Amino acid sequence: MRFVLAPVLAPVLALISAALAAGVIAQAAPAPDKPDPAADAKAFRNYFVTKFPGVKLEDFVNGPYSMNEDMRKQWVEKEEFPPYDFALDAGKEMFAKPFKNGKTYADCFENGGIGVRQNFPYFDAQKGEVVTLELAINRCREANGEAPLSYVKDDMASLTAYMAYTSRGKPLDIKIPDDPRALAAYENGKRYFYTRRGQLNFSCASCHVLSPGQRLRAEILAPALGILNAMPIYRSEWAGMGTISRRFITCNSQTRAVPEEAQSEDYRDLEYYLSYVSNGLPVSGPGARP
Amino acid sequence: MSATMRRLVFAASLLIAAAAPARAASEADFKTAYAAAEAAEKEAGSLRNQWITTETTLKAARKQADAGDFDAATATAKEAEALAKASIFQATSEKDRWKDAEIH
Amino acid sequence: MASTIRVRAIANGDTTEVQALIQHPMDSGFVKDAQGAVIPAHFIQQLTFEHNGKTVFTADWGPAVAKDPYVKFGFKGASKGDELKVSWVDNKGASDSITATIQ
Repeated sequence: MRFVLAPVLAPVLALISAALAAGVIAQAAPAPDKPDPAADAKAFRNYFVTKFPGVKLEDFVNGPYSMNEDMRKQWVEKEEFPPYDFALDAGKEMFAKPFKNGKTYADCFENGGIGVRQNFPYFDAQKGEVVTLELAINRCREANGEAPLSYVKDDMASLTAYMAYTSRGKPLDIKIPDDPRALAAYENGKRYFYTRRGQLNFSCASCHVLSPGQRLRAEILAPALGILNAMPIYRSEWAGMGTISRRFITCNSQTRAVPEEAQSEDYRDLEYYLSYVSNGLPVSGPGARP
Repeated sequence: MSATMRRLVFAASLLIAAAAPARAASEADFKTAYAAAEAAEKEAGSLRNQWITTETTLKAARKQADAGDFDAATATAKEAEALAKASIFQATSEKDRWKDAEIH
Repeated sequence: MASTIRVRAIANGDTTEVQALIQHPMDSGFVKDAQGAVIPAHFIQQLTFEHNGKTVFTADWGPAVAKDPYVKFGFKGASKGDELKVSWVDNKGASDSITATIQ
C-alpha cells in the first residue's frame, strides 16, 4: 500500500523538518484563543521580507518577476505592449454598456465601480459571507435581469481586468469587521491555505511559502505575499486571461485534488485571507504571467 | 516428522491456500468492491477532499467491468477504495496538522 | 470594428524601434476541442511592415507562432513623423492593416 503512506507521510515529515529548519514552528506556543489577523499579517509579511531581503515590499506583487532577474527583463519589455491589452479594452467597453433594463455596472458599486478593486473581498454582514469582486459582478448582473457570467474566463476576466486597472497602484485595503462570522471566514481561508490536499499532497503554502523563487518544472514559483494583487492575469500557458477563480481551480487540479466550484465558500474565504495578509501592497492588475 | 513439525506444515499449507486466490473474481465480487470504493469516495466528498486520481480509477474499474474483465475490475475497484481512504486520512490528519505549517 | 493591430514606433537616434501586438487566434490545427474535433488551422501567414513604400520587415509565420503574437524590431532610415504601414494576411485569406505615425 505504498501510495497510501508515502505521499501522505513522507512530505508531511519533510515539511515539518523543513519548517523546523526555517524556525517557523512555534513549538511551545499555545494556540491563541481568538484569531488575531493583524498579528498574522505582520508575521506573514515579515517572513517574506526576511526571506528575500533584496526585494522591495511593493515588488512582491510581481510574483515570479520579483524572484528572477532574467524573467523580470522579459516581463518589463512586454509590459510596454502587454498581452492583456485586448481584454482590458474589451472590459472597458463591457463595463460601460448598459444592461437590457438601462442600468449599468456603475449602479452596483461605490464610486461607480471605478478605483474600488482594492476593497475586495469584503465581509457582507447582512448575508454573513465573503463577497469577492467576481461574485459582486455576477450579483449585479442577476439583480438587473442579466444571466451570470462564467467565473473562470473571458467576459468575467475582461471586467475584473478593467476594474483592477482603475485601481492600479492603490494599496489593498481589506477589512475584517469585529464580527465572529468574519473572523471565522478569515480563519477558514487560512486553514485552507495551509492544508495539504490532492494526491500530490501539496498545500498552497507548500509552493508559495516554502518554495517561492524556486522552480516547479519550468515555472518559477511566486511568493504568497501579494499573489492576488496582479489578478486577473493573461497567462501564456492559457493563451488567454484567467480570473482568481480559474487559478484556484487549476491549482487544485494540479495537485490532483478535485476542485470545488468557482466562488465556493472555501475559495472566497481563501481569497479573503490571502488578500488581508497582503494589505498595503499595491493592486497591480491586470497582470501577465508565463 | 514430529507432531510440532506436522502442525507447522499444516498451518503453513493453510496460509498458502488462503493467500492464493481461490477462484477468479465474479461480477458480484466486483460490485462489492466497487460499492465499497464508492462509499469511501462519498465520505471523502463530504470532507471536501476527493482526489482526481480516485475518480479516474473508479471510471477505469467501471470500464473494465463493462468489458467483462472482473478480475481486473475488482482489483482496480480495490485500488480506488485505497485511494479514497488515503484522501480521507489526509483530510482528517490535515485538520490539525495544517497549524504546524502556519507562519507565526 | 477596432483594428486587430496595435503598433508603436519610436524614432531613437537613427533607429526606429517598432513594437506590434496583433489579435489573432493563431490556431495551429493540432489542437482538439472538448468534443474531440480538431480546431482547424487559422494563422497569420505573412506580416509586413512598410515605410515610404518599401518593405522594412516581413514575417513568414506558421502554426508555431502563438495566439495574439507580439513583434519587436528596429530599422534605420526613418524619422519622426513618417508613416509606417503594418499589414497581415492569414491562411483563410483574411487580412487587416493599419498605418501609424512614428513618434
